[in-house]
Amino acid sequence: MSFRAPRILPVLTVATLTAGFALVFFWTPNEADQGFIQKIFYLHVPLASCALIGFIVAAVQAILHLRTGLPKWDVRAYVSIHISVIFGVAALLTGAIWAKASWGKWWVWDEPTLVSFLIVFLLYCTYYPLRYAIEDRERQARYASVFAIMAGAFVPLNFIAVRLAETLVHPRVFATSEGGLPAKMMFTFLVCFAGMALLWETLVRFELAAKSSRARIGRLRRALEGDDVATASSRIAPLPREASG
Amino acid sequence: MNAFRALLAKDVRTELRTLESVPAMALFSITTFVLFRFGLDREQLEGSLAAGVLLTTILFAAILAINRVFVAEREQGGFDVIRLAPVDGTALYAAKVTILVVYLLAFELIAVPAFAILFLDDAGGLLPLAGVLVLADLGLAGIGALVSSIAVNSRARDLIAPLLLLPLLVPVMIGAAGAAEPLLSAGGPSYDDFGKWIAVLALYDVVFCLVGYAVYDFLLED
Repeated sequence: MSFRAPRILPVLTVATLTAGFALVFFWTPNEADQGFIQKIFYLHVPLASCALIGFIVAAVQAILHLRTGLPKWDVRAYVSIHISVIFGVAALLTGAIWAKASWGKWWVWDEPTLVSFLIVFLLYCTYYPLRYAIEDRERQARYASVFAIMAGAFVPLNFIAVRLAETLVHPRVFATSEGGLPAKMMFTFLVCFAGMALLWETLVRFELAAKSSRARIGRLRRALEGDDVATASSRIAPLPREASG
Repeated sequence: MNAFRALLAKDVRTELRTLESVPAMALFSITTFVLFRFGLDREQLEGSLAAGVLLTTILFAAILAINRVFVAEREQGGFDVIRLAPVDGTALYAAKVTILVVYLLAFELIAVPAFAILFLDDAGGLLPLAGVLVLADLGLAGIGALVSSIAVNSRARDLIAPLLLLPLLVPVMIGAAGAAEPLLSAGGPSYDDFGKWIAVLALYDVVFCLVGYAVYDFLLED
């Protein structure tokens, strides 16, 4: 299997994100309560949602890996988690900035969505040491998939538990008693969300392509040097099957 | 079912002969209570503080048992035997979940009364607390057996198990602490939101035991 770098997707991503942020700054009105700072919502919420959806996507890919045994699904699950963890860091940082601006503190514990997100993020951070600790490539892939499924089931459960434990402070922007997000804001949000989802997919495709070409280069180098010993090119990250063959 | 019974009996027999897990957990918990006595500088505990101290201690003691539950299988070739035998891998999972629940219940029979003697004024909440602990134990065991068999086959196994377990156990902690807090409150036990927390714990138990049942076979393949 080989993955190619996307061509149209990056252009589409840049166009959608530029349009989204143009709408955020020039078209969408300031929110009455929080003013300008509320605009971070159009960055923070899409980042966090894409990260969470990415984790669920990884769980589905892990199920496909266990069912079919095809290594490409393991590589995809790995890359999905990898990009989602990066999005997660960005979501936590933007969330902290938003919290500081609107509640005066970098971190608030009585705020279920942020806390749940942190727990989920911490769990997914252990994906790397877990992979790294298993040497056998095939077993590593299987165990990583079991982890991805377990963690995927954990995400909704954790959100339920944390939400029940806390009082509601987090802005409930989509469904409130006042009727939710105004149409202009909703439209801008959807454009930003689409842009962020495209960015996620673009980054995933690029990483897959990079892995694929790294594997091909390794194979060519070994063929040139007449060396049959597999190089330890990447012990944590899975490479497409051809890498070791 | 026969395989399950045989595996369970094997583990019970091993534990009775070696006394490796439960006494260590009990000793660990009492020492931890002493540490909390000085760390918090409190002689009496109630409410959320009591629930937090008790459940954190139980959780960390459980990690001791979870870390050890597959050691014999790994070191003495038990995994190979299971693979060779015409036995469903889930029998091993079910046996390990059960033995972990047994360990935890045995350990709590020592740790909870010790906690009550050391810290509690009013022990009236202990009986309903037992029900909460049974549900929490099932969650700890269900996820623990799964994580333990992942960790035991990795290089840094003593590190991997707690690293994976702690975030996974946050909902158990939330549910158990939420239910235990009013039970251990100063003015005698009350049942605020008791049903809600029991439902969270039960949901967690069901989901993770089902996940374990579904994926366990993949951890045994070689």
